[in-house]
Formats: sequence, C-alpha cells, structure tokens
Amino acid sequence: MSLDMFGHDPWWLILIKILVVFVFLIVSTILVIWFERRVVGRMQHRPGPNRHGPFGLLQSVADALKLALKEDIMPTLADKAVYFIAPIISAMCAITAWAVIPFGPEVSIFGHKTALQITDLPVAVLVVLACSGLGVYGIVLGGWASGSTYPLLGALRSAAQVISYEVALGLSIVAVFMLSGTMSTSGIVASQAENPAVNIFGLEFNVPGWYAILLFPSFVIFVISMVGETNRAPFDLPEAESELVGGFHTEYSSLKFAMFFLAEYINMFTVSAMCTTLFLGGWRAPWPISIWGAANTGFWPLLWFMGKLVLLMFFFVWLRGTMPRLRYDQFMRLGWKVLIPLNLVWILVVAGIRVSSEQEAGTAKTLIIGGVILLAVGVIFFYPRRKQYQAPAVADLGVGGFPVPPLDLKVPPSPRTKKIAASREATGVSASTTTEEEG
Amino acid sequence: MTVTDVLVCALGAVSLGAAIRVVTTNQIVRAGLWLVVALGALAGVYLVLTAELLAWVQVLIYVGAVVVLMLFAVMLTRAPIGRSDDLDRPRLPAILVGGGAGLGLAAVLADAYRWSYIGLSGVEPGNAEALGREVFTGWALPFEVLSVLLLAALVGAIAISRPEVGERREES
Repeated sequence: MSLDMFGHDPWWLILIKILVVFVFLIVSTILVIWFERRVVGRMQHRPGPNRHGPFGLLQSVADALKLALKEDIMPTLADKAVYFIAPIISAMCAITAWAVIPFGPEVSIFGHKTALQITDLPVAVLVVLACSGLGVYGIVLGGWASGSTYPLLGALRSAAQVISYEVALGLSIVAVFMLSGTMSTSGIVASQAENPAVNIFGLEFNVPGWYAILLFPSFVIFVISMVGETNRAPFDLPEAESELVGGFHTEYSSLKFAMFFLAEYINMFTVSAMCTTLFLGGWRAPWPISIWGAANTGFWPLLWFMGKLVLLMFFFVWLRGTMPRLRYDQFMRLGWKVLIPLNLVWILVVAGIRVSSEQEAGTAKTLIIGGVILLAVGVIFFYPRRKQYQAPAVADLGVGGFPVPPLDLKVPPSPRTKKIAASREATGVSASTTTEEEG
Repeated sequence: MTVTDVLVCALGAVSLGAAIRVVTTNQIVRAGLWLVVALGALAGVYLVLTAELLAWVQVLIYVGAVVVLMLFAVMLTRAPIGRSDDLDRPRLPAILVGGGAGLGLAAVLADAYRWSYIGLSGVEPGNAEALGREVFTGWALPFEVLSVLLLAALVGAIAISRPEVGERREES
C-alpha cells in the first residue's frame, strides 16, 4: 500500500465512489437511528419501534418523510443568512471527512485496479480533524443565529466542549503517528498489518500490530474524547434536553433540523471509522479470521470494516443507555486536567521507548531511568490532596428502610457565600462605627 | 500565467476582500465569519503552493479553534444579531496605522523577492517530514523561544484570571 495508488482513477470511477459513499452514509444514518432506538429499547425493557415494516425497520424512513413535510420555521429574531447556512456547514463538513476513510484494499472494478477509498493524502488524518473542527461552526452559528436563549447556551457549551476535546483527540493520535511514521489513513492501516518485534531486557517477542493494544492509553483517551467530540451521551451537554430544551437546534424544524440530525450521526460514523482505522486495524480482518489467507483481499474487507463500525456504534448506544449526563464543570475537568496531561506523559513515554529501541546498547538503562521518572510523575499526579471520605459509624437506615433526607437538613454554605457574607458584615460594621462617631 | 498563478491570485484576492470586510462590517459575529473566510483562503494559498501540512494545520488551528474561541468570547459577553451602532471607532488614525503597516510590509516583501522566481516543480512538497526536519534542525532555537513565549502568556493569562492570587498578596 502506498500513496502512488491514488490519483489515477478515471473520472467515472471517482464519481461512482463518491456516490456510493454518500448513499452509504445516508442509508446507514437511517438504519442506525432504528438500531439505536431498538437497542436502547431493549436496555430499558421495552420493545422499541416495531410497527412499520419488519422489526420496525421502516420507522426511520417514515420519520424522515414526516420531517421533510413539516413547516420550515424562520424565527423573527434570527440572523437569516447565518441561520440558513449553519445546518449546511454542519452536514457538509461531516460528509467531507469520509473522502479519506479507507474501506478496503486494492480491488478491480470494471477492469480498473483501484483502492476502496475515495482518495488519500500524506496528511489525511489532519483532514478529518479539520473537518470535525469546522463542523463546530454549524452548531455554534446555528445556536447563535436562532436569536433565542437556550440555543445560544447550547452553542456556547458546544464551542467550549469541541475545542477542549479536540485537543485530547489530536494528542491521542500523535502516538499513532509516531509509531506508524505516516499520517495517511491507508498507510496507518498498512502499518498495523505487521507484528513488530519488541526487545525488553534481552527478551525478544512479537506483539500484535493493532495500535489499540500497542498504544492502549491512546486508544482509551481517543474513545473518551470521540464521545465528547460528537456531543453524544454522556457528554451531550450542547443539547441537554432536561436543561436546554433541545440545545442549539431548538429553533430548527423541517429539513434544516434533519440536516443537523444527519450531521450528528455521520459524525458518529466518522469518529468510529477513524477509531477503526487508527487503532483497530482498519479494514484488516481480526485475528481468528485473518488466518484464512483470502480474508484481506477482494471485497471481503468491507465486511470486517462494517463489523467494527457496527460494534463501535453499539458502544455509543450502550453508553447512552447506561451513563447519566456529566455536570458541565466535571466534564471540563475530565478533559483538561485528566485526559490532556495523561496524554502528554504518554507521548513522552512512547517517544522515550522509540529512542531507546533505536539505540543498540543501554536499552535496559534507559528503561529504568524512564521508569523512575514516570513513577515520580505518577506520584505528583496522584498525590492525595483531598480528605478521604469517612463512613459514618452508625449506618443511616432512613425512615422505614428508605433513604430519605432528614427533616432538619441544614446545607452548609459554600466557601464563596461565606466570603461574601463576611465582606458584607465587615462593611456593615464599619458603616455603623462611622455613624456612631458622627453622633 | 499558469494555473498556480491564477489560483494564488484569486485566493489572495478573496483573502484580502474578506479581511477588509472584517474591519468594515458593523455586525460583530459576521466580522468573525469574514475572518474565517480570510484564513481559509490563506490555507488555500498554502495548499496551492504544495504546503499540505501547513494548510491543514492552518484550517485545524486558526479556523477550527482560534476563531471559534473568539466567537465564544464574543457570544459569552454579548452578541447582538444585526447591526451594532456602537462599533464606531476613530477611523483616520486606524486607517493610517493599518494601511501604513500593510504597505510597509508589502514594500519590504516586494523588494526582497523582486525578480526571484522559484519553480514549484523543483520545490520539495511541504509534508510533515520536511517541515519537522526544518523546524528541529535549522529553526530549533526560534521554535523553543516561541514555545517559552506561549507558555509565559498562558501562565500570565491564568494569573490574571484568578483574582484570589492578587488578594492573598494584599493580605500578607
């Protein structure tokens, strides 16, 4: 696999590829909405949509038709042009990112040898990141241009959230770049095919090539921040329906709303496909299947790719069915104070291991020095600053075995309120003393 | 004129026009959006000049993060829809300073590269490898100095935005 494969396709082949990817995205959005509703239904002990078509498969088609026929509302206070453009930006950026996602190896279509990928660049991963970075404009501008309070709050949250989690996302990919030595998506898939030999303390053994195993911390950080990046539960603060009505798309209706919806689901596919490509071996067959020689040739890889994609989508739905929404400050703390520092330390570790493995002698020495430094960093990072929670001596059994708050519950004032109260008392006292002197 | 020349000129014109709209428009959020157009056109210029990495990093950082942050700050304070009449500023000094700086820089650049011509075919494409080699060999010191500068700015911003640091000093 190399970049030379790309850029030689005839125009009709490029057109076919683009059309197939576009149709794939639209159809799978409809299917995944159905999938999500069914799975969440199962998780909540209810059947989910099951009336229209077999297993309720046509429910999303009916919903899409209904949405298209609804009235298109333009709020009076809206900034008309921006209000109109915002959903287009959102959907366009989401779809553009799929231009560089590799679906499979080189195959022969109508006698032409071509890769199952629209195109590839030496910096393809950056293109995907840039598209998701531009996609946030759709949300921010949509929320602002609606001329309404709740959408504006949703837009603000979204801007802060996507920027914070994009940093973590980008940093988690850096380790992959360092190991694979390339930023092109097809190159990263190819570099996960081999089982590199690792030499630790004179022991040499082969490790599996998937970066999800080799770079496990990066993988975990990527998975967490990809949920944050796509505004999905438990990180769906921009559209928290219990706080902000519908968040940034409260004022949107009809096809404009449908475009936001489409963009959200396509973004989920995009990050899932990126996760597959960067960490889970891309379109390559997973281990037991890869023993079969023909597993990685022809059109078979499409199947493995889709399988990994569906598993990741199930993971998204599972999260939504399981986790409560985070509070905003907790969410930001997780991003800035946990994910990013961990990521930076991990990148240093990967760089250190790479440098030490390139030197012939002294691998053990570098590893020991590195280990000591890591231990020191770990101690600093996890040094306990908070008071430990002490369980009460007598367990609170509540009223009749039910945990209810006591009737004489007193909430202690927060430190800030205390400070404000103290300053008010101080000024009050000084004012009273002056009046006494005058009197 | 080759295709490259035409594209560079067109993108440059778009960038310049959008930049002028940034400072002349009366709608504050629209000004931010024109800035996006200007920076995006600049990324296009980089792309035409085969500096792929730089182009996408420009989109990723300037368009995708910096301007979003500016819009975030504007919306956090006030972001009226429509014209705001209080965006008036003394025009003449601003035009003098801005125009003077722009013309001066343009004159210096035009004088420096007056008749020199570099063919695109002979230039190494600006991929990650080439850029990394340049930054960490020839430009290592400026790179490190810049990162120290950014770190200092970061620490300064945190120090300013935390009022209790200053308060404690007054008390002691």
